[in-house]
Amino acid sequence: MRTVTLPVAYMPLVDAAPLIVAREMGFDHAEGISLDLRPAPSWSSLRDMLAFGHVDAAHLLSPVPVAMALGLGGIATSLSAVSVLSLNGNVIGVGTHLAQRLADQGFAFDFADAQAAGAALAKVAGDVLVFGVPFPFSMHVELLRYWVAGTDLASKQVEIRTVPPPLMAQALAGGEIDAFCVGEPWGSFAVDDNVGALLLPGRAIWSCAPEKVLAVRNDWAETEPHLLGSLMRAVWRAARWLSQPDSRTTASEMLSRKTYLDVSPELVDRALMGEFTISARGETRQVEGFVEFFDGAATFPWRSQAKWVAHQLAMRNGLDASTAERQAAKVFRSDLYRRELQGLGVETPGASEKLEGALAESTAVASANGSLILSQNVFFDRRIFEPTS
Amino acid sequence: MDPKAVGLTLLIEVGPTSVQMVCMSQNLTVVVVEQNQERAFAIVDALKEAGDADVFVIGNVSGLARQIAVHDPDIVLIDIDNPSRDMLEELTVASSPLERPVAMFVTGAAGGLAKAAVEAGVSAYVVDGLQAERIKPVIDTAIARFQVLRQMRVELAETRRALEERKVIDRAKGLIIKAKGVSEDEAYALLRKTAMNQNRRVAEVAEALVTASGLLS
Repeated sequence: MRTVTLPVAYMPLVDAAPLIVAREMGFDHAEGISLDLRPAPSWSSLRDMLAFGHVDAAHLLSPVPVAMALGLGGIATSLSAVSVLSLNGNVIGVGTHLAQRLADQGFAFDFADAQAAGAALAKVAGDVLVFGVPFPFSMHVELLRYWVAGTDLASKQVEIRTVPPPLMAQALAGGEIDAFCVGEPWGSFAVDDNVGALLLPGRAIWSCAPEKVLAVRNDWAETEPHLLGSLMRAVWRAARWLSQPDSRTTASEMLSRKTYLDVSPELVDRALMGEFTISARGETRQVEGFVEFFDGAATFPWRSQAKWVAHQLAMRNGLDASTAERQAAKVFRSDLYRRELQGLGVETPGASEKLEGALAESTAVASANGSLILSQNVFFDRRIFEPTS
Repeated sequence: MDPKAVGLTLLIEVGPTSVQMVCMSQNLTVVVVEQNQERAFAIVDALKEAGDADVFVIGNVSGLARQIAVHDPDIVLIDIDNPSRDMLEELTVASSPLERPVAMFVTGAAGGLAKAAVEAGVSAYVVDGLQAERIKPVIDTAIARFQVLRQMRVELAETRRALEERKVIDRAKGLIIKAKGVSEDEAYALLRKTAMNQNRRVAEVAEALVTASGLLS
């Protein structure tokens, strides 16, 4: 069958899985397209590849297209987030020095309670605490800021610096940073490298954080609606395949290949199975739903998610919050998601916005054809974000 | 001496009318982020030939944003394939150590320049508000130089790969000659035929043979 080749950029991370699986399992060919997956050396290069038309779609940090819509950062091309590629999937870790002091204080490293972890870290950290993150516009930054503001860490001077994930372990060992928030496999990599210990999974701060999105240029979405639909369906099928427990071992093997992540499959396994080794001493912790690709309508691009990100960015950058939320809502394209995926029989929610942080447990909600189960959605401080309409 | 300091001294001595002239002729400060010394020299030479620019090279990327802030540059150039590039994005955020906002050069009279730069493999960060005609010569030169460097890098990688493949194929041929007692041409023909039948590259088949023979010996 003749297929149209679609260049797509990604960062070699565990959460690039839906794109890699779509290619490796042939979900792309089934839709008449052929994904030409191109690894990017940095998030800024990846964004430029998409903005300047070197690729048609990309695996992108969810706050990037929102920040661009608000005029923050260098580039102003209008992007659309047509679906969410993954929820959660980051880890927060500390260097061996802080880890030792936490252990000395009797901290249990439960890898779950964000409030307690914040309090314990505040007790042992110096006046200045430097965190490394992959990019200035990222869920990593937003989660860290939200966590710091809501815990005893608020009394510290917290600095957030950009460090490319492959260099995170080195920066920690060199004392450039005290701690980090990074996507897998780089947190586990630091543990295996004996330079740090894991403190929290990202989902302990917000259990339903949109981590990466499938992003395209607005003009491309308008001129190539058929290709866009094929791409979205292929990626949706890949996410569904990933959600089956039986698929995980195979997925780890695929992702670990030299062409993609080029790390051991066992390292990838930890994130996909939610089974973490959190310290050099080999202590393990289990995290349910560490990274979610599909269940609980994970792939739906909620406008309220974009508004939450915009709200945080606006507060920090001196912008009007309600204007920013309005601009951001246009970036998460629940309209395109409905248009392209409803034909597949995908249950889409009746609403395009929800109260973020308001679901203490998985809950059934009204959908186009009946009902749909949404995943737990809580912030560690139990606050609820009500988007401005 | 820092040319900006010179400008400042003149401002006091000769009064406001001459100040503008001094500012106009003031050199642009360019920072090049490049770990490879040879590449860095090539870029610096080209930029210096192109005109009046003070060029600084940063080779060690730890604390990159702070290192750059020290030079207070008008333009920052970095290879698009450099993973440390994300560290520069901090400079585009208002709260960066560099007070003047730096943006990737996207708009203005020299439109299309950013696209050309990305294609050539260089990312240029430019202080917001600098006039396009002042930046263009520097960016144009950088684009040309990066293009050449990129070509050289691709060629080098290709040559290296070809050499390595040649070596493996020769070894595989040797193994076949020894095992089957055939001529070199026949050994090569066998490799080619096998590759064709299995829809693989000759080098791949050769590598598989060499690996397998290594395991068995």
